[in-house]
Amino acid sequence: MEKSGSADSLGSKRSSSRQPSVDSLTSTNTTRSDRSAHLRSAVSPDAASARTDLGAEVLKESSRIAEGELQLLPRESVQDTASDVTYICPFLGAIRGSLTVTNYRLFFKCLDKDPAFVLDLPVGVISRVEKIGAISAQGEVSFGLVCKDIRNLRFAHRYQEGSLKKSIFELVNKFAFPVSNALRMFAFEYGQPFPENGWKVYDPLAEYKRQGLPNESWRITKANEHYDVCETYPATLVVPANIPDEELKRVAAFRAKGRIPVLSWIHPETQATVTRCSQPMVGVNGKRSKEDEKHLQAIMDANAQSHKLFIFDARPPVNAAANKMKGGGFESEDAYQNAELVFLDIHNIHVMRESLRKLKEVVYPNIEESHWLSNLESTHWLEHIKLILAGALRIADKVESGKTSVVVHCSDGWDRTAQLSSLAMLMLDGFYRTLRGFQVLVEKEWLSFGHRFQLRIGHGDRNHTDADRSPVFLQFIDCVWQMTRQFPAAFEFNEFFLITILDHLYSCLFGTFLCNSEQQRLEEDLPKRTVSLWSYINSQHEEFTNPLYVDYANHVLYPVVSMRHLELWVGYYIRWNPRMRPQEPLHQHYRELLAKRAELQRKVEELQREVAGRVAVAPPEKAGSPAGSPVQTCV
Amino acid sequence: MFSLGSNGGKYTKPSFVSYVNPEQKGNDALQEKNPVFLPGEVVFCSASPVLKCTHDDLLEGSIMGTLFCTNFRISFVSDQVLLEDVVQPFRNRLYGENDIPLTCVDQIYGDYDEKRKLITNTQMKNKHPNGIIVHCKDLRVFQFSLKLAKEEAAKKIFQGIVRHSLEPKSLRCIFAFSYCENIAGAPETQNKPRTLMFENIVDWMEEMKRTKGNCKLLEINKDFTISQKVLFDRLPQFFFIPTNVLEKDLAAYQGKGVPIWCWSHHSGCALFKTASLPLVQEESFLRAQKLYMERMLNAVAHNYLYAVKAVDLSETLPSIQDIQQSYSRFKQNFLIDNIGEFWISDMKWFSTLETTRWLSIIRQCLHKAVEVVEYLEKENTNILLIEDGGTDLSCVISSLVQLMLDPHYRTLTGFQSLVQKEWVVGGHNFLERCNHLNNKDKESPVFLLFLECVWQLLQQHSLAFQFSETYLTVLSDSISVAIFSTFIFSSPYQRVSSMKTESQTHGSLLNIPSVWDWSLQFDCKSQEFLFNPLYREKSKQEKTRNKNQRPKPIRQLSLPNATPPKKYFFKEETESLRKMLRGTRISRWMHLSDSAQASVWEFYNAWQQKPLDYHGLLLPDLDGPAIRLWMQRYLRWIPEVQIFGGGDITLVNKITSLSQELEELRMELEQQVRQADPRCKSTETVNKSTIRMSCFFPFASCRSGSFKPAIPTSHCDGEMDMGHLAEREDEDTELTDNSVIRGCAD
Repeated sequence: MEKSGSADSLGSKRSSSRQPSVDSLTSTNTTRSDRSAHLRSAVSPDAASARTDLGAEVLKESSRIAEGELQLLPRESVQDTASDVTYICPFLGAIRGSLTVTNYRLFFKCLDKDPAFVLDLPVGVISRVEKIGAISAQGEVSFGLVCKDIRNLRFAHRYQEGSLKKSIFELVNKFAFPVSNALRMFAFEYGQPFPENGWKVYDPLAEYKRQGLPNESWRITKANEHYDVCETYPATLVVPANIPDEELKRVAAFRAKGRIPVLSWIHPETQATVTRCSQPMVGVNGKRSKEDEKHLQAIMDANAQSHKLFIFDARPPVNAAANKMKGGGFESEDAYQNAELVFLDIHNIHVMRESLRKLKEVVYPNIEESHWLSNLESTHWLEHIKLILAGALRIADKVESGKTSVVVHCSDGWDRTAQLSSLAMLMLDGFYRTLRGFQVLVEKEWLSFGHRFQLRIGHGDRNHTDADRSPVFLQFIDCVWQMTRQFPAAFEFNEFFLITILDHLYSCLFGTFLCNSEQQRLEEDLPKRTVSLWSYINSQHEEFTNPLYVDYANHVLYPVVSMRHLELWVGYYIRWNPRMRPQEPLHQHYRELLAKRAELQRKVEELQREVAGRVAVAPPEKAGSPAGSPVQTCV
Repeated sequence: MFSLGSNGGKYTKPSFVSYVNPEQKGNDALQEKNPVFLPGEVVFCSASPVLKCTHDDLLEGSIMGTLFCTNFRISFVSDQVLLEDVVQPFRNRLYGENDIPLTCVDQIYGDYDEKRKLITNTQMKNKHPNGIIVHCKDLRVFQFSLKLAKEEAAKKIFQGIVRHSLEPKSLRCIFAFSYCENIAGAPETQNKPRTLMFENIVDWMEEMKRTKGNCKLLEINKDFTISQKVLFDRLPQFFFIPTNVLEKDLAAYQGKGVPIWCWSHHSGCALFKTASLPLVQEESFLRAQKLYMERMLNAVAHNYLYAVKAVDLSETLPSIQDIQQSYSRFKQNFLIDNIGEFWISDMKWFSTLETTRWLSIIRQCLHKAVEVVEYLEKENTNILLIEDGGTDLSCVISSLVQLMLDPHYRTLTGFQSLVQKEWVVGGHNFLERCNHLNNKDKESPVFLLFLECVWQLLQQHSLAFQFSETYLTVLSDSISVAIFSTFIFSSPYQRVSSMKTESQTHGSLLNIPSVWDWSLQFDCKSQEFLFNPLYREKSKQEKTRNKNQRPKPIRQLSLPNATPPKKYFFKEETESLRKMLRGTRISRWMHLSDSAQASVWEFYNAWQQKPLDYHGLLLPDLDGPAIRLWMQRYLRWIPEVQIFGGGDITLVNKITSLSQELEELRMELEQQVRQADPRCKSTETVNKSTIRMSCFFPFASCRSGSFKPAIPTSHCDGEMDMGHLAEREDEDTELTDNSVIRGCAD
């Protein structure tokens, strides 16, 4: 495959040929031969034969020669190694081995076991390092590592008190929290070259052009070029054509954090739009803003199909009302003629954080079989997922079936609003369901519109109790996964792609999810100083491609948001449990069939050419139609 | 662009029948609107006009028509001319979408002036209701309004329906008898491979030969001479017993306690089942029982390696009543007749499912089966399943064990043979368990429980089964269509004897068809849905390889130095058996202790580490998330949960069409020299692409027009207790005023 070319270009350093996600994030217990492809590839020696389809195979093959050996990334350096460390695995029991800490990862290996046991994770996923209890009678100290990716690790380690040598876990503590220790994040060191520059995946002008913008009702404005209308918004914005830039500033004064209503997506036929903003600064006295009212009116007028505007407030009504005490609030239907306000009942970041904490308790390390369902329900995790999806569904329905424009906001318009607008766009526009389209969606609705990744994830920050942390983006990816479950052939990317995104959300290997806004990213010069996650992903896209994908570009997807159809994403939340068998074989089976088809088609063509050569009378028909037309299935 | 169904133009709106002036429409048209009757079907009563209401009135509105009650079904015939281009890829020949076989009626509710009452057969004399709601055993829900029908007709149809679907009746009233009287005995189709019916010696011998077992065939019940005696009626005509059991042992406890052969493992050990001996208190009887059971166990042990394990199912699995109770709670969650109710129940969906305990019973059965599989596969121990009646849970467990161990049973005919062997000929009391005669007390969905377990295996290992999910769903539906001999008798003896009596009264030989004759229900095209397109047939190399591997190296274990692990040895087992026979039975001697649980886990883990062989041992994952709801069966009729254009079915369809393409290419290659134009073949697959199929395809209808998404109507405001967190603000940062927000953040 073409892949081999890119492998060559990776240069002479053998270590650089390592595929970061695959190997670095994978902690596997290696006792299973049957896990999904990416997990399998890490260490398990028998896995090689099981994988035949992926382009990166050759690379991994070479790395496996030194089985269980640490393969460093460019500019990754070993800080210390401690032998005689015990990893207390909740599934396999205590395992003795050696622990290595680099400026990027934590690497534990035990070669006595057969197959060898390796635990390999970026220190970025660690949210807390804590010493558990006192020194035991055997002179051992226990350390617990709480991770952001739904697992906890526990180690025991011989340690002489009073000795000058520091415990290796102090090193973990240092490199896991570079921000707190005034160190540089590894993303700024890592300089892996990739054939494509992922920072160029999203070009706002190109994306708006794809949507048919600007047009007679909508214009592209550079008013925020210096981020002075709104510092958390991107430089390029799309606003109603008849609202001049000076007025935007006055609208900004009336919207929390200056996040004015701007266009996210426009329906190619009906011109109904999805616009996003933050809450209006109504306050207890019910303040009004002529400019804001005019702005919303202009949004409604831009869509000739409907004389109505729906405002979706993501919050529960109680919370929206409570915001009035702090100067915020929601649009009154008196002030905004022809607008209808709908509350979507999605809870705030604190509720979501707590829900995930409970979920982790329920799924890690062990699952209580007999109460699985009620335990799952008590976390409310899927209920939140349901409400988010239901909200996005209502938005998509209004835009598609109702041909009505919608305005979406929550309080600040960077958490729930991002979830809703991006999910609605995913339902409405097939482009976002492609591998590249999804990258554009994340870059646009999340990164450029200022979802505060740094704050929500707490990259490199020791303060694990920070109330600003919340799994908002994880919820979004979970919702996407629920949709891929319901429409297995409608998405070009696969589950592994989603998992990889989440893994690198925490790894701090790539610059993509660093900082809180476009402005900050430019200040930090991230596109120059770090590598984009999309560079890595697009350089081996076969691995992230769904073989079943059929391009239903014109189809709107309406997922069913009943609990009957929602399920816990076992492949992500419970992946550390070796007993969970991923449902990969079907895809594998499908890939094999595809390969067989290609082979047969080639043979047929060969024969036809042969026949055509011999029998000049009958013109050779173009290789059987199956080759030409993609397989159609019902949608 | 963006139109929902690409053939939106072609779509004909469901015509909203005007029922504004029903009187004027008159009865003239109705005479011809009879349902197509089956042979032997007789109309008891009918009423018109009757409205059939869908629970989602906004979508389609009500349809007006005539309601019939016959000796087979309740049938609604619409006045509307059926749209010809309605896509019905999967049709049942015996009953249509508006037909309810009488035996399929689960419960009837009456609508008495906005009040809903459960109708029991004693209520018949009461005033007839304005409407009736029928809950079916196949989970369909019908609502008929009788308001428009004439008083007399409404009363008659109501009473007719209640009488014929709820009142106790005799076996002879089951429609199968009238039906088969009027059809020519279908010629026995000798397809290869055929389903073994186990009604003659040949089938039994074939099965014994296939599994390479060595048990003794008993023919003493050939003419059901034994079965005529009371308590013996469960025994089949022919059966195998361990060679050391004597014919006279059979008489000792009316056949109870005699190990009946089910299946032999390739190692030589075998699976037996038996009914437990009657409970006695008196010491002398007890001693006799004990000696007897010891001898039986000895005989089983003698089959191979002198190792035996007795597994008492009555002690460790839920009782028949538990199963019935659990299922009646469970099914209630799917019989939904209004949307509001649906969305309200959505809130507590998981815990509601859990409290029914149905999934947990499924897990317990699978767990027990894995336990038995472990003994057979790992320890090569003979197994004797013991159960009070010997024909309920032992059928579930023995068939599951065989399904996991023997890939033959994962083929369609293999599976049917298994059901014949273990259930039909094995003496499962379908008649009472399915409650065809409306004597509620012994009803219990034991066979359905088995199908549920099979479904779990199927969904976890979809490449290993030749039959599809649809096959299982259709089979579960067929239980309550009282036309098949398979599901209407209590034992093989009853089947033969009642057929004989009926034949005598009618002067001709009756032959009630078996459910395995799928052509009775489906045409060729529809029958394709019964096969699993994902099934991986064993390749030729694999077959030959395995044949060569077949020698039984484990046989050598019988050498003295290689004794099997002691804990499974016979002596110990008798010890616990003694305890059981003491009559106390409180000690759950075979109960899943923690160690047994751990052992099953270990066994599963060890198996899971090996590469998966779809034609070898197959084990289910029993973890919480792995045991799932059989969505196709239970959710297929609920409009709110149809994913149009989605679901696993898209995946299956893609694989099917890809396989077809492969087949075509292969043919093309074979033809080598020029050939039919390949293009004309592939048109068929393209045709389908204009419709959005439901995820429950082939059930539920297709949507070809635009549709609205199902939007939840109620939210969880009060339901979710988020505590103080819910009141907090998202951000610790300021909106307008710093100080205010800081305060409320902590």
